[in-house]
Amino acid sequence: MPKVVVDRKRCKGCERCIVACPQQVLTMSKEFNEKGYPFARPEFQPRCIGCRLCAITCPDVAIEVFVHGTMYQFFPY
Amino acid sequence: MKAIFGYPKSLQSRTTHYCPGCTHGVIHRLVAESIDELGLRERTVAVAPVGCSVLAYNYFNCDSFEASHGRAPAVATGAKRCRPDLIVFTYQGDGDLASIGMAEIVHAANRGEKITVIFVNNAIYGMTGGQMAPTTLPGQVTSTSPFGRDTELAGWPIRVAELLATLRGKAYIARVAAHTPLLTIKAKAAIRRAFDLQRRDECFTFVEVLSTCPTNWGMTPNEATEWLERNMMPYYRLGVLKEPGDFVPYSVERG
Amino acid sequence: MAKVLMKGNEAIGEAAIRAGCRNFFGYPITPQSEVPEYLSRRFPEVGGTYVQAESEVAAINMLYGGAGVGKRVLTTSSSPGISLMSEGISYIAACELPVVLVNIVRGGPGLGGILPAQSDYHQATRGIGHGDFRLLVLAPASVQEAVNLIYEAFDLADRYRNPVLILGDGMIGQMMEPVEFPPMRPLDSLPEKPWAATGMKDRPQNVINSLYLNEHELNAHNFKLKAKYDQVAREQVRFETWRCDGDLDVLVVAFGTMARIVKTALADFNAAGGRGGVFRPITLWPYPHEQLRETARRAKKVLVIEMNTGQMIDDVRMALGPDREVGFFGRTGGVVPTPDDVLAAIGEVTGKGAAR
Repeated sequence: MPKVVVDRKRCKGCERCIVACPQQVLTMSKEFNEKGYPFARPEFQPRCIGCRLCAITCPDVAIEVFVHGTMYQFFPY
Repeated sequence: MKAIFGYPKSLQSRTTHYCPGCTHGVIHRLVAESIDELGLRERTVAVAPVGCSVLAYNYFNCDSFEASHGRAPAVATGAKRCRPDLIVFTYQGDGDLASIGMAEIVHAANRGEKITVIFVNNAIYGMTGGQMAPTTLPGQVTSTSPFGRDTELAGWPIRVAELLATLRGKAYIARVAAHTPLLTIKAKAAIRRAFDLQRRDECFTFVEVLSTCPTNWGMTPNEATEWLERNMMPYYRLGVLKEPGDFVPYSVERG
Repeated sequence: MAKVLMKGNEAIGEAAIRAGCRNFFGYPITPQSEVPEYLSRRFPEVGGTYVQAESEVAAINMLYGGAGVGKRVLTTSSSPGISLMSEGISYIAACELPVVLVNIVRGGPGLGGILPAQSDYHQATRGIGHGDFRLLVLAPASVQEAVNLIYEAFDLADRYRNPVLILGDGMIGQMMEPVEFPPMRPLDSLPEKPWAATGMKDRPQNVINSLYLNEHELNAHNFKLKAKYDQVAREQVRFETWRCDGDLDVLVVAFGTMARIVKTALADFNAAGGRGGVFRPITLWPYPHEQLRETARRAKKVLVIEMNTGQMIDDVRMALGPDREVGFFGRTGGVVPTPDDVLAAIGEVTGKGAAR
């Protein structure tokens, strides 16, 4: 099952990835990172389908996406 | 597990100074990914403008210039003409390119300089705090158009991609956007094509990228995305306006 | 090498080629347009690249780009064009880029005229752009000297990583004089430039940048540049003295072509029994203050003659101090004083008229 990792130090709490994710995997944290931003985190990880839209829309390259074996290629990127 | 989305080598690791939700960050990544995928990083030179992306040389992981305001296309011309083997690109905002630097971009395009220009259009001056730019929309409120841009006094927003597309020379001119995931995917294809055309020494390449400015528009990042969709998209049509293949030679009889 | 009869502007272009310059970025403006014209037809023979920019603002920024990737680059212009280049020159000096600039001065201010003048002295030596920086400014008095100075300017620019300005005037540009050129410098003998932006291959990033948002870093950068300028001032002062041995009735201080006219006048003055000498600074910055003070010690009168309303006279006063009286004679706007005008001025100052 694909996995999303959000680098909480890089995240600026812009919430773009929350809107971008078709599976509503990501939600904002209650606590803040060192810079004082709330940060996104994959609260509902099992829903992730590895489409990478969260990472594509993130302005701070704060999101990495991992899969087991081969990735289902929704679209060329 | 296998990473299917990672950090481009052509981007430095430091976090950027850009405001939360500013799509400059996305566009930087698209440029860096394109340079990586085409294997150009070690012979690429970036020319940073004056504006929000003035610190681009701290973000792109390649040799860089800091150009004076508006002059990046001229700096790039000098660099490319002296070292045609280098891949030279400018990364400019709308104040830099469409206002003070208009002569430079028009003539660099008209000379057909084999450089790549990434033009980030967010309809406002960002770095200096939200003033009206040549691309500011009619009625759009900014710190220097407090009652909304009055086209009677400040004219109409300039469509740079269309303007450059009227020039006769061979060129690749496209306008894309990076405020939604789908459009970002298409934007990357255009940016990558632009760098690929330069790699093949083909022609002048120019990609205008519509971009959000949450802070100076006074909105949250996601509201800014919707505002751009509703207001900028109708005025700044997306698409490829010119392909190198459209070029038709022309010559006068030699006296 | 045989002498060739050549127009100043074209000789300047050829001298740059001999120095290994293969990139010119310029813009037409009288009275220097023959340089771009010459290079646009000569460069193809030597593999050079001529680019006609859309303005001097663009031209100087192309120079910035070309120098930043490590190439020897040249631009030439005239007074109003140099004014347009001032921001770019400041960037070039701040980034310590080696470039060679030529100003074939014309009458000013404003659109002014197209005839020779020396009214850009202050601009060249003090006010060519914002911020604390200096240009090495060299003033040739003949086409041959212009060729020699241009050829050497590229080495000076590389050595100090600083822009070098050749301050000519309309005469230098438009005169035809016999000249001899140094041999063609092999391109592979040009100095290495590891700092240049040539692509991050097996080395850390090179950035050509003048932005220092941290005030302490910018302050340190300014004083690093200051130390370089002090070094240039110690190593590169150049001047010529003419008939200055022994006591003098009058020492005329003049630069460029004006100094040649003064020599003609003084030849008559001396023939008529007067004792006149010329002090000709060749580097306008760094200015030969000490050498001028030394030379003027045995001169009864000091007279400054320029094709402007009095600019270099400031440096002369700085050299000689408040207690020495300094005479001035100047014409400008394209008026070139004749030897008779100069003789008359000398006569006034010395009280010794010389029959002509």
